[in-house]
Amino acid sequence: MLSKYEKELIATIWERVALRAEDVGAEALLRMFTCFPKTKTYFDQKDLSPRSPHLLSHGGRIVEAIAEGAKNIDTLATTLAPLSVLHAYQLRIDPTNFKLLCHCILVTLSCRMAEEFTPVVHAAIDKFLSALSAVLTEKYR
Amino acid sequence: MVEWTDEERAAINKIFGRLNYDVVGHATLARCLIVYPWTQRYFGGFGNLYSPATIMANPMVRAQGTVIVHGLDRAMKNMDKIKETYAELSVLHSEKLHVDPDNFRLLGDCLTINIAAQMGETFTPDLQAAWQKFLQCVITALGRQYH
Repeated sequence: MLSKYEKELIATIWERVALRAEDVGAEALLRMFTCFPKTKTYFDQKDLSPRSPHLLSHGGRIVEAIAEGAKNIDTLATTLAPLSVLHAYQLRIDPTNFKLLCHCILVTLSCRMAEEFTPVVHAAIDKFLSALSAVLTEKYR
Repeated sequence: MVEWTDEERAAINKIFGRLNYDVVGHATLARCLIVYPWTQRYFGGFGNLYSPATIMANPMVRAQGTVIVHGLDRAMKNMDKIKETYAELSVLHSEKLHVDPDNFRLLGDCLTINIAAQMGETFTPDLQAAWQKFLQCVITALGRQYH
């Protein structure tokens, strides 16, 4: 459940984050691959070294998609429908991995925002990322 | 038994060396109670937990936060025998406090976030990986005596 205040907070923050989409996305992915090596199984043959071209472009795409969701929180399912189909029928990433990436996104934001990443901001973004993950897995079965 | 590399030991010691136990303990428990409000079920005797502001200002939250981080300090000082070190704590959390072990991960995640906020870019992915491994050992040890 997101309040009106939280939705505005999320939209504002992600608009800022999207300006550094590749940096933030690549860092979150690198944290996830380093801390939770099993997540690398979905990226066979890819160069996952720090700030590799793949990490930057893929990370950037992820952050831009999240930012798009942040601008359309009330219509997440429709906005992200194509990505939902992609994850269900093509990527088929095990749902437990969404929590791991969300955690690493939160850690990345906390590193960069420091004391600005208050518990209230943290709660709002955590709830938003959970809702987004649910949309991305809703067509799984 | 968990194997620790020299780098991992150094990473964990480095992180703890940077922490002000009172400050980070308070901030972590408060964050957990705010971000995951259902965890408040274990703190019925703590009085006013109605809003983020009252949770942050609550002196019992502050005190308990310090207790928690000192508990983690014991694990850091006994990294090669965390299970044995935490045996009594595990019984306490299971038999007396009746805490669902899933909550240990939530508190651990909040501590990780606070450490990240404090250390910024010096909380590198490699440092975080060692930290997550340490947290996982702590969480497993705390949940071990449940039956």
